[in-house]
Formats: sequence, structure tokens, C-alpha cells
Amino acid sequence: METFIQVLIDGMLSGMVYALVAAGLCLIWGVMDVINFAHGEYLMVAMYVSYWLGFLANVDPLMSTVAAGAFVFVLGVLTYKLIIRFTIGKPGLVALLATFGLAMFLKNVCMNLFSPNFRILSGTFLSDKTFHLGGLIFPVPQLTAAIMAVIVVGLVYALVSGTRFGWAVQATAMDRDAAELMGINTERIYVLVFGIGGACVGIAGGIMPSYLAVHPEVGSMFGLIAFICVAMGGFGSIPGAFLAGILVGVVESLAGFYIAPVFKYIAVFGLYLAVVFLRPKGILGW
Amino acid sequence: MVNSLQRKAFTRKDAVWLVFLAILALLPLLPVVTANSFRMHVMILILLFASMAQAWNIIGGYCGQVSFGHSVFFGIGAYGAGMAVVTYGGLPWPGILIGMIVAAIVAVIISYPCFKLSGHYFAIATFAIVEIFNRAFLVWDWIGGALGLDYPLADEGLKNLMWHNSKVGYYYCALVIFVLIFGIVRWLESNRFGYYMRAVREGQETAESLGVNSTAVKLTAMALSAAMAAICGAFFVQYNLRVDPPMVMSLDMSMKFVLVTILGGSGTLVGPLLGAAVLIPMQEYTRALWGGLGGGVDLIVFGLLIILMVIKQPAGMIGIVRDVRSWFFKKRDAAKGDVPYDTP
Repeated sequence: METFIQVLIDGMLSGMVYALVAAGLCLIWGVMDVINFAHGEYLMVAMYVSYWLGFLANVDPLMSTVAAGAFVFVLGVLTYKLIIRFTIGKPGLVALLATFGLAMFLKNVCMNLFSPNFRILSGTFLSDKTFHLGGLIFPVPQLTAAIMAVIVVGLVYALVSGTRFGWAVQATAMDRDAAELMGINTERIYVLVFGIGGACVGIAGGIMPSYLAVHPEVGSMFGLIAFICVAMGGFGSIPGAFLAGILVGVVESLAGFYIAPVFKYIAVFGLYLAVVFLRPKGILGW
Repeated sequence: MVNSLQRKAFTRKDAVWLVFLAILALLPLLPVVTANSFRMHVMILILLFASMAQAWNIIGGYCGQVSFGHSVFFGIGAYGAGMAVVTYGGLPWPGILIGMIVAAIVAVIISYPCFKLSGHYFAIATFAIVEIFNRAFLVWDWIGGALGLDYPLADEGLKNLMWHNSKVGYYYCALVIFVLIFGIVRWLESNRFGYYMRAVREGQETAESLGVNSTAVKLTAMALSAAMAAICGAFFVQYNLRVDPPMVMSLDMSMKFVLVTILGGSGTLVGPLLGAAVLIPMQEYTRALWGGLGGGVDLIVFGLLIILMVIKQPAGMIGIVRDVRSWFFKKRDAAKGDVPYDTP
């Protein structure tokens, strides 16, 4: 029983990070109906930013996560200005393929600059610490990442649902032309949404190098899982993505522990299929 | 009377067809001109990817269901041929046939629930299916698991479907597949079924209200498309003489089906050929030029080129061809006072 709870907790901790990655994607997707295929690569870039800050300047990932968030914010804005802007209003596949090209570009730039080696930061403030509660073990880096993920997702949700800016975002998501007529600068909303979506994944990636190795392919799986979470949660619903993220994390770790590690992704993707076959618009979709 | 009316002047459409047929007639002569192995390799890949894209075009272009799951069918075809040769020590031919049938059956089984999903939900479901198949094949010992299947050496020739000394045999083989698949799609295009598919793409509800059984149309199109993807997969494994799950059943492979078609122009007959003719040389020559530098310079350039092409011409290469054609004919039409060129 204790093992079961431990596995459950591990799953929830990684699930919250998935939720943060997915929240960024969810925002972009919900507002402009763009599947950002380079989302996983944003995570990889953020991890490299944090890794190099830690390796060269000895900045702890706890600090450099802010820098990584800011870096990916800029990357997101640039992506919008240089690529996505031209795909708005065209068939959905255009943006998907363009960001696929971007993903290929980012992945191979990192491969070229940093080699495909696995890199991990050791001796950071958080690394290798554990926190015991009863018979349960909480690895501190994962715990911190999870807590931070919950806070950031909460902030983004509050921003979108409770502020004037958020209402403008929602209005733009519902009907761009009508929002424009109401005096909302929708172009600015799009830019900021892409930046904020990037910042979410940047923050998640910034804290990861203290417990997960960085390499150019690390983002691909996270990107796919983020797609699954967003679609499972329901189109454009941040609470849905959050819930789905945790569900995915739990299923992944249960299947990995009780069946076999290779089966964990089969279970995750199978879960997605099961959910959408029962509820074709996702858990919280309508 | 009707006949003489229909057989009016030589139209522009006929001209385009003639050019297409002329290219097709010249293709078999190519090995006579150059038997350079790298150039042959590029040509084989162009024909193969054009065929793959055309297979995808049936369901993705004509029927409007954007599937990212075609690498599954491609992989099943590849494993069909591979198992027949490696595991059972026989000839690839029965394996190809079985692979096609299995791919079509699997396509129907997984598509039936997926077709209930719409838009992005459908696309992501097909992603998920690729990942599931990829992992399952990695741990499935009967089909060789993660190690994959390595071909034994056998006599070259059509019987074993393998050639060692030159690539000309593979070239003709690819050409046959290409002509077969393009022929089938050409036939479908003017067939009643082709109109059904396009009706479903343009508006499923409207098509249904007119008595088209949209589920049956989509499932048939998917099965057909999967069987053709399986043929291409079988050729791919015969060409590489080896198969393992990440090689054939990956998202990257699935993306190639989509990319080639979209870059060429989806829902058109020549689109897949145009896409392959542009994308594959780009891929192979960037690799030959910069692949040796290490660190994926070729893929950096390739990624940038994809972004550029998709942004600049979302309708694909066929869009450029149309622009040029309409620009050319508009001038002539204005002089002649003819009806303006109608873009389909």
C-alpha cells in the first residue's frame, strides 16, 4: 500500500510539471487555434539556458528558471512575429507544419552547438535532497518543480480569467473581429499570449536540469505529452489541461511501476484515446 | 452531337496532362542517361515519397481527414515483407500482400472510433496511435523487437526483389509503384467514389443529407490509403534491407507523408509528385553537402526551408504553378477576350 501511494505521489509530482508545460500550449491553442509543434523544443531550449547558467556562471536553477522563462518569452514573441503571424487565417495544418520546421531547426541548432550528449547539473541547491514524511519519500527537486508549476498555472489562470487583459484574451479567442471592433489590439494579444505560453514552458524547463538530463531530444516527448494533456483536458481549458496533466503523470508512473517501463507511454496514449472516445471534446471541453 | 460538342478545342487542361504524360514516358529512360548511383538514389526516393504522399492524399487531400498515423501502415507493410524474408525465409511477395491486407484491416479498426473525433482531436489521436504502435513493436519479440530485422543476402533479381550491384532495378520497381498508385488515384478522381470523398471533405453534413454514407466513404478511403502506404513500406524495407520500429513507425515518418503532400498541394493529382520532386532533392542534397559537417547542419537548413515554403505558399507548389499559369494565360486571355481562367 505504501509503495502504491509512493508511486502515486511520484506520478502526481511529474504530472504537475506536465500540467505547466501543457498550460502554455493550451493558452496558445485556445486563443489562436494554433498547434505549436515546437513547444517541446521550447522546453529543451529553456533547459539548456538553465543548464549553461548553472554550469558557467554557477547560478542555481531556482534562480535561472526566471531567466529561462524570460528567454522563452522572447523566443515565443519572435516565433509569433516571424512565423505564426503569416499563418493566421490559413488552414490549421499550415501553422502546424511551420512549427514542425521550427522544431527541427531548434533541435538541430542545439545538437550542433551543444552535441547530443546528456548533461545534468550536479551540486545544485536542490539536487539529491529528499524530504521524508511518514514512510513516504519526496524528492525535493521534483517537489519544488511541482509546487512552482501549481503556482504558475494558478497565476496564468487568474490572469486569463480575472484581469482586464485576460478578458481581452478571452474576447479575442471567441471572435477576433468582434474583439477588434471593441477596441482590443488583437495583434498585441496574440504576441503576448504566444510569449506567455512560451514563458510557462520556459519556467518548467528552467527548473528541470537539477533532476533531469538535458539533451536535444528531451523536448519531443514532453511536447507530445503536452498535446495529449491539452486535448484530453478539453480545447483551450486551462483547468482541464491541469487535471489531464496530473492524470497523465499518475497513469504514466503507475503503468511504469506495475506493468513495465516500456508500457508507460502506451498507457498514457491509450488513456488519451479512451478519454476522447468517451468524451470527444475532452474532460472539461464543451 | 454531344460527342462533337465535348470534343471541342484542345484545352489547357489537356496540355498540362500531355506534359505530365510526357514526363511519365521519359522517366523509364532515365537510367540509360545516367546510372550514377547517388542520382539514382535521389530519383528512387522521389518516386517512393511521391507514392507515399499520393497514398496519404487519398484520405488527407481528397477526403479531408488529416491523419498523422500513416507511418503505422507504412510500418506494417515494411514488417510484412521483412517477416516473410527474414523470419520465414521465403520470398517477399506474399509478405507484401499480407502486409497490405493487415494494414487495411488495422486502418479500419483504428479509424472507426477516431472518425468520431473532429479537427485537432482527430490529429492528436492519430499521433497517439503512432506512439502506441511504436512502443508495442519495440517490445514485441515475435517481430524482432527493438533489434529489428536484418535481411540475409540473397540472389539479386525480381524474384527476391533485391539488387546489389546497381540501383536501376530498384528504380524501375519504384516507378511501377508510382504509376500504380497514381493510376489508382487518377481513376478514383473521376470516379463516383472520388466525388463522394470530396463531398465529405467539403461538408460532411451536407454530403450525408444528400445520401452519402460518410462513415463508409471515409473508412474505404482510409483502407485504400493504408494498403498503398503498406506497399511503399514494403519497398522501403526491400531498399534498405533492414527494418526496426523507429525507422518506419515514427512521428517523423508520419510527418513526411503530410509534408510532401501539403508542400506539393493536397487534393490534387500532381501535388504529391511536385512536393516530392522539391522536398527530396532538398533533403538529400543538403545531407550530401552538409551532413558530413556533423551536428545536423543539413537538418537546420531543411527546417528553415520548410518554414519558408509553408509560409510563402500554403497551397503548396501547385499554388505556384497555378499563379504562373494564370498570370501567363490571363495575358493571353485578355488579348483573345476569352473567359477568365477558373481556378479549381
